[in-house]
Amino acid sequence: MQIYLPIAEMSVNLFILLGMGSVVGFLSGMFGVGGGFLMTPFLIFMGVPAAVAVGTEANQIVAASLAGVMAHWRRGNVDFKMGGVMVVGGLAGSALGAWLFRELREQGQIDLVISVSFVVFLGLIGSLMLWESARVVLRSGSAAKRRKARRHYWVHGLPFKMRFHKSGLYISSLLPLGMGFMVGVLASIMGVGGGFFLIPAMIYVLGMPTSVVIGTSLFQILFVTANVTLLHSVNNQTVDVLLALILLSGAVIGARFGTAVGAKLKGEHLRGLLALLVLGMAARMAARLLLTPQDMFTVSPLVGG
Amino acid sequence: MARALTFSFLFALAMPFSPALAQPVVADLSSHRVAITSSFAGEDIVLFGVREGGGDVIVVVRGPPQTRVVRQKERIAGIWVNRDEMAFSDVPGYYALAATRPLKEIADAAFLADNQIGPDRLQFQVMGDGDPAASETFRAALIRSRQQNGLYVVGTGPVSYVGGILFRTEFHLPAGAPVGTYSAVVYLLRDGELVGFDTTPLFVTKAGLGRAVYNYAHDQPAAYGFLAILLALIAGWASSMVYRRA
Repeated sequence: MQIYLPIAEMSVNLFILLGMGSVVGFLSGMFGVGGGFLMTPFLIFMGVPAAVAVGTEANQIVAASLAGVMAHWRRGNVDFKMGGVMVVGGLAGSALGAWLFRELREQGQIDLVISVSFVVFLGLIGSLMLWESARVVLRSGSAAKRRKARRHYWVHGLPFKMRFHKSGLYISSLLPLGMGFMVGVLASIMGVGGGFFLIPAMIYVLGMPTSVVIGTSLFQILFVTANVTLLHSVNNQTVDVLLALILLSGAVIGARFGTAVGAKLKGEHLRGLLALLVLGMAARMAARLLLTPQDMFTVSPLVGG
Repeated sequence: MARALTFSFLFALAMPFSPALAQPVVADLSSHRVAITSSFAGEDIVLFGVREGGGDVIVVVRGPPQTRVVRQKERIAGIWVNRDEMAFSDVPGYYALAATRPLKEIADAAFLADNQIGPDRLQFQVMGDGDPAASETFRAALIRSRQQNGLYVVGTGPVSYVGGILFRTEFHLPAGAPVGTYSAVVYLLRDGELVGFDTTPLFVTKAGLGRAVYNYAHDQPAAYGFLAILLALIAGWASSMVYRRA
């Protein structure tokens, strides 16, 4: 069944969209990752204009992260103070990102920047995950417990220290502020929540307890993606609510099965699989940049001046 | 209707030829309104008409004028990057052409060029300080891209005669057809001379939910943004409730 997307201005098969939503939902339920860094490239591969893919995906992540935050909040796993500081940075970062996005779009370089960002980040995350899971599988899971003490002296020398009771930390507020800022920029330009960057940074740089990391990052992502949705709506009119709702319906169904399957499989094998998928997508994106295009010319509507 | 009349009036003024006969050719469409609804996947429109006293018929359907940027990729450090660009205005959002015989046998080159009959005879305006000499490859690329998207079609449904004086042709509006006012112009030529023409409008609009969403997003972008967030919050909350119960 074909459905016409009003903002993307294209006709696509409804079941393909639902299927894609549920596959990404399934994967995010299974691996406990946000779907943005998988869904945005999927949409771009499908032919959805990159700008619409980014704006719409931000909108979808609002829904997904609210559901996640509520679940973690019930278990008391959200550090609201830390999250709040990160939100402040995130709002500023997403504003900068949205401005950059518009400038790049006018210059005709936004597709390039989105693609290069995905190649870099997907490649990096995929390689790290593959390496991590290969290391653990080879040692047959004997020691996954090298959690080093945090010895970032320069980090502890920074000013504006704040006490975060929930995380049991007394650190400079510049750190969560800066991390929030960076994720904000990424969210605006790539249409991702940024959990893949935020979660390792919160564990290894801030030294937050793992129990509160996911809930807190989702809390920040909720506000940042809401801001990105608003900014892209105002600046570019590239948020397709119909597309977002269709993807979301698929994702809700997929995530249920994903969580169930994920509980039965071995973590390291799972992570290895996800790593291969992520690397495959990075390669696909890279091919678009490196291979000689069939047509050297592209046509797009005139944006701005 | 008033709009249609104004349109044909303007067109008559713009025509370099004044028709000698009162309506030697009359044409109409199977439908003057195409609604792009949520289930829109393209539509076929039938054009039919009557001609008086023989001759050849050329049918041209033009979509609303648009502005487009064409960019040329260049390899920089192994990566294909957009470099040179050129902006055009007066680019028809849609263009379909059909005729009873090959154009060259019907009309001379001057007539075809003057009336922009055939995609390669379309006159786009170069915007800004673009070099008109270099514009040719960009113009060709724009036409090529539109042909690939099914927006510029030539002779898909050739004009055929039904019992001598009646003629009909069909053209396809693809799913990506732009909204706006289209015009279908029918030229009647005899021995290379224009003996009459008729023009009839076609209105392509978004309809239903899709129209509401599109208009709201463009007319009230901030309110639309808040609505998008609100919808996402409701959906997220609802899915969270579903999980909790399960």
